[in-house]
Amino acid sequence: MQIGLFVPCFIDAFYPEVGIATLELLERFGCKVDYPFDQTCCGQPMVNAGCHPEAAATEQHFVNQFEKYDVIVAPSGSCVHQVRDNLTAIKQTDKVKHVRTNTYELVEYLHDVLKVDAFPWARFEHRVGYHDSCNTLRNLGHGQPSELHGKYFSKPRALLEKVAGLELVAPSRPDECCGFGGTFSVTEPEVSGQMGRDKIADHGRAGAEYIVSADTSCLMHQQGCAKRIGAPIRFMHIAEILNGAAA
Amino acid sequence: MKGRNDILAAIRANKPALKAPAPEVPSFDEAYPTDTTGLWPRFADALALMGGSVAEIQEGQSLEDCIRATLADRLPEQPIIASAVPELTGNRRLREHDNPKTLHDIDIAVLRARFGVAETGSVCFTEKELIVNAVAYLAQHLVVLLDPAELVTNIHRAYQRDDYKNARYTVFHTGPSATADIEGVLVRGAQGVRSLTVIAASVDTPG
Amino acid sequence: MSTPDPTKTINSPEATRESAPRFTKAKDGKRVDHAAAAKQFLDSPIHAKSHDERVWAMRTKRDKQAHAIEEWEELRDLASQIKTHTLTHLDEYLEQFADNAAANGVRVHWAADAADHNRIVHEIFNDHDVKKVIKSKSMLMEECGFRHYMEGVGIEIVETDLGERIQQLDNEDPSHVVVPSVHKMRSDVAKVFAETLGSDPDNDDAHYLAGRQRDATRPLILEADAGMTGANFAVAETGGFIVCTNEGNADLSANVPNLHVASIGIEKLVPRMEDMGVFIRLLSRSALGSPITQYTSHFRAPRAGGEMHIVLVDNGRSKRLGQEKFWSSLKCIRCGACMNTCPVFRRSGGLSYGATYTGPLGLILDPSFDAHRYSNLPFASTLNGSCTNVCPVKINIHEQIFEWRQVLAEDGHIPWAKKSALAAAGKVLADPKRYRAAIRTAQSALKHLPDWAVYSQLNAWGQVRDMPDVPDGGSFHDWYRKNRLHKTEAADTATHDSGDDS
Repeated sequence: MQIGLFVPCFIDAFYPEVGIATLELLERFGCKVDYPFDQTCCGQPMVNAGCHPEAAATEQHFVNQFEKYDVIVAPSGSCVHQVRDNLTAIKQTDKVKHVRTNTYELVEYLHDVLKVDAFPWARFEHRVGYHDSCNTLRNLGHGQPSELHGKYFSKPRALLEKVAGLELVAPSRPDECCGFGGTFSVTEPEVSGQMGRDKIADHGRAGAEYIVSADTSCLMHQQGCAKRIGAPIRFMHIAEILNGAAA
Repeated sequence: MKGRNDILAAIRANKPALKAPAPEVPSFDEAYPTDTTGLWPRFADALALMGGSVAEIQEGQSLEDCIRATLADRLPEQPIIASAVPELTGNRRLREHDNPKTLHDIDIAVLRARFGVAETGSVCFTEKELIVNAVAYLAQHLVVLLDPAELVTNIHRAYQRDDYKNARYTVFHTGPSATADIEGVLVRGAQGVRSLTVIAASVDTPG
Repeated sequence: MSTPDPTKTINSPEATRESAPRFTKAKDGKRVDHAAAAKQFLDSPIHAKSHDERVWAMRTKRDKQAHAIEEWEELRDLASQIKTHTLTHLDEYLEQFADNAAANGVRVHWAADAADHNRIVHEIFNDHDVKKVIKSKSMLMEECGFRHYMEGVGIEIVETDLGERIQQLDNEDPSHVVVPSVHKMRSDVAKVFAETLGSDPDNDDAHYLAGRQRDATRPLILEADAGMTGANFAVAETGGFIVCTNEGNADLSANVPNLHVASIGIEKLVPRMEDMGVFIRLLSRSALGSPITQYTSHFRAPRAGGEMHIVLVDNGRSKRLGQEKFWSSLKCIRCGACMNTCPVFRRSGGLSYGATYTGPLGLILDPSFDAHRYSNLPFASTLNGSCTNVCPVKINIHEQIFEWRQVLAEDGHIPWAKKSALAAAGKVLADPKRYRAAIRTAQSALKHLPDWAVYSQLNAWGQVRDMPDVPDGGSFHDWYRKNRLHKTEAADTATHDSGDDS
């Protein structure tokens, strides 16, 4: 069983610690993980903007890089959603289908496939507001969205609850979008920024010291908004906490 | 009729070719009490949520006394009461061919509901109960007699009745006219009646 | 949301000082610029915050109702299935409806488009020498530009829904399908009513203002020559239609004048009366979070001595029925739940969409009327998917927004600069060497460029937020090379190297 680790571009460039934590965490559970060195991107930036033909070469390159693995894992909900649901600009060969159906987001891989029940090395003595990114929540099924009538569940929170010392706090609007939205963040900067500031403030009122998420893109946006207005709240990817990072 | 044929032809040419049978709609009322005594409190609670209220005729009180007592501080000295029920005479007769515009000065209209809905607190009228449809909107206050035996559990049951198939006009009133269009502040009596009061009264009970 | 104290007047003095945002309409042939209009809206921060909180409060009330009904998700499924069934048999049900309505003594008209609709209604009014009309709220009539048409031919139209009346008196479009003036604060309404109804400009109490409007509108209702309504539903089985209001204003419009004209979109059909249980239970709970509207009115035949007309309007609907990805948008029952939950709508206000339909619903309907004019709208979304989850008829709204982006890009409706930038990005991202170079350039730029260069007008990211820090140890790629690659056999595999720093 060989896992191919997909490290999306902004994690690669700006948040290498997230990629490292993901790799180490999977290895702690005995997974054999390889990082295909020539990987680039899943095609999301173009597809998100409606430009599918412009994404075709990138999508093909992605499949070429990852087709040899049994499973592909990425610490990014939006990229996994792109691969699983929207990687459609190229011919849907068996290899493409194999890659698309076997790509997992880290939390669901830990929760659903590895069925992890403890993180004995992890301790995080802080109040944490978990940010459900819209892609993980509504497209990948990380939890029960607040709009739907049904039994509550949350895979990322179930994992975080296993971390010693960690206290989860909840904002008043439990799963409101933070305003990143891919290209939306640059085509609608004012609304995006307002949503980001509102999100941070909501978490702050709930007492969160850290905002934690499975989507680095949401965190990068919120962190940028927080820095701009001087909000003291801090940000961390869920992989880092589960891998035992200290504050 | 050219429009009709063109539009229908366009629909025939474009409609999705899916096999989509009409689903059966369940009644969803297994959890409701099976007797009207049990349904009445649910009706009253639902009505209260929608801004309506329930009044009870006290021992020895006439229907008119009850109405005047209930609306006491909201009426002019000589209120104009239009009654569409035999239990009360009132001081303004309603006739089927009245010009609706002549009803603008009515303070209270008294009507009997055909039936009520426990789920929502709604009461139902058709043109038969209203005599003049507009009276239910031009009057300042509405008083509704409802036989508790005529309560149905929920909206599904309400739509299983056939009143709509025979009446020209059938309406559910659920509380009085309301709006929250100005900064979300709830205001009763936006365009229609300012209050709606339901009084339990069996059809055979003399007023 | 904190409920303002209704007993106090002018309890929002800051709001009084802050002028309400106004928008100018995009010129013919131009794209609506949602981002610019949204900025304008946010530039009135008190209005913007109030709007977000009020509209969110409707979403909260909706959740409370939805979560209290065990069969809620089943009702949504049923509603969606009934609509699918109806739309796939729409010709049959329309015929059945029209024939039944005619048999009930109703005059039925068919309008292929907005112009047809306005002409037909105008003819009916001319036949009856109608000069003054009272009407209840109808998105279809907004779509047809009906009020402006009638103003042009000298027929006076009075809106009887309070929110719609406020917008009419202020000469502004509705911003929301259910609460047309939700973007206004009470101080704005006080100003409009002072200017148009002669109310006290210093009194912005909602009860006072609603009362003044009631007093001013009542004589207009009594004098009207005709009444107009839309319809929320039309029932094939009975030939009747259903109108839901909270104010009872549709019942006044229909029951006071002798002539009642109802404009009904052809997608409003349901087959049977029994189906209505599903929709009535969903509609107001989804819209405002109340169990039912105050009035649910079923019109089947003209009242004794009266006259009733129905105008069935297509206006692009039959065409949309043939669009594989978008036909299910015809299921929409105009509850506005998608707007209430939409974080972009709440922070930009309905008028920023510059279109009849606003919010997520607008993003998927407006381009079907004018693809170029509304080509920016499907991009005014984060694709968060909350709209799809609240939709009572289960339209896959956020997926349709995503699909519209593709359609607009393919049909050449997105700006050339944007498209070529993405084409360039696609080339870089498909080539490991250029990709590595780009990452290094970005890191280096952030490390070495002065802030004024990083945060220029050209950097939309930097307008509202800071850039991320550049990691000291380099990229993940660098770390992996240093810490892992040379420790494994894989290090010997030269093909791994993309020549990024060798």
